[in-house]
Amino acid sequence: MADPIHQFKINKIATIANIGGHEIAFTNSSLYMLIAAGVITALMVGATASRSLVPGRLQSVAELSYEFVADTLKSSAGTEGMKFFPLVFTLFMFILTVNMIGLIPGTFTVTSHIIVTAALALLVFLTVIGYGVYRNGFRFLKLFVPSGIPVYILPLIVFIEVLSFLSRPISHSVRLFANMLAGHITLKVFAGFVTMLGGLGFVGWLGAVLPLGLTVSLTALEMLVAFLQAYVFTILTCIYLNDAIHPGH
Amino acid sequence: MANGARDRDGPEHRPADEAALSARLRRLGNRLGSIRPGQPAEPPSGAGPTADPSAIARGFRLSTELVAGVIVGAMFGWLLDRWLGISPWGLIVFLLLGFAAGVLNVMRVAGVAPGPGAAGNGVNKN
Repeated sequence: MADPIHQFKINKIATIANIGGHEIAFTNSSLYMLIAAGVITALMVGATASRSLVPGRLQSVAELSYEFVADTLKSSAGTEGMKFFPLVFTLFMFILTVNMIGLIPGTFTVTSHIIVTAALALLVFLTVIGYGVYRNGFRFLKLFVPSGIPVYILPLIVFIEVLSFLSRPISHSVRLFANMLAGHITLKVFAGFVTMLGGLGFVGWLGAVLPLGLTVSLTALEMLVAFLQAYVFTILTCIYLNDAIHPGH
Repeated sequence: MANGARDRDGPEHRPADEAALSARLRRLGNRLGSIRPGQPAEPPSGAGPTADPSAIARGFRLSTELVAGVIVGAMFGWLLDRWLGISPWGLIVFLLLGFAAGVLNVMRVAGVAPGPGAAGNGVNKN
């Protein structure tokens, strides 16, 4: 049976540079990131090329995705949050495209590596801290001090709030990574059953119908998960940005 | 034909009509102006995550929030133990605090507790 973990192996394609004894390599992961960026750019540039009043198919895809992200951002961070639209839109499109490309058999799923999702989550986390402090100064720390709390339990509450704040990038990154990893392993295992049963001869092939059907339906489920994870990542980014814009609400 | 007819007798009606129209537009604009700034100024921060349109998305969030809190608490406690050499105590205390933070995260996702920085004890919320 095929090794279900093998699909996550990082392969070096070319070495770009050696910096301080560390090899900076162009891997299959980087290749798929570049492909995703290329697909998004092609979609957006191609969709906006005609700029017709009545949108064509491609143009409505671009317009729908714009409006979807803009609505999500506006509803959770207000109109002030719209200055972060480029960041949020890029994150959404990148994660969605990368997840969807990963569903094509034989491709590599970039988001199934925690280092990638952790980098994305830390980007959001540091943006929130940076912008929150830049905009609100010390008032940003009000995020950790809820009002209307008796003084004698305030230190405890502040500790809990700080830990809760620090747990954000972890849940943010682990959720995306774990869902993609688990989904792809499950798909591979069930697809592996098909070939295993096929080895038993005719009866085996009959039995293989079951896991094959499951694989097909799991692929549909994974498509839903791929979209939902991109959406969850986006909406959490919006909620966190809202904390940076309006702390102490 | 009908258009042309309307165009022709339009000019006589125009001054009165236009004045009324612009007055109505101004009133509408004023009313919109008084409503609009209020709307985005208060995003659903109090209700925060409750405003999620998608319930599945919230379900996905619930599953990891508790674990993340506990992990952060454990990590903090372990590091504190290593730096200060107070071996079991940092881990014990921060694991409990992390668990509390995880429960707080889950309550926030479920919309039971208000968002960070809001009035704390839920009593004045209800």
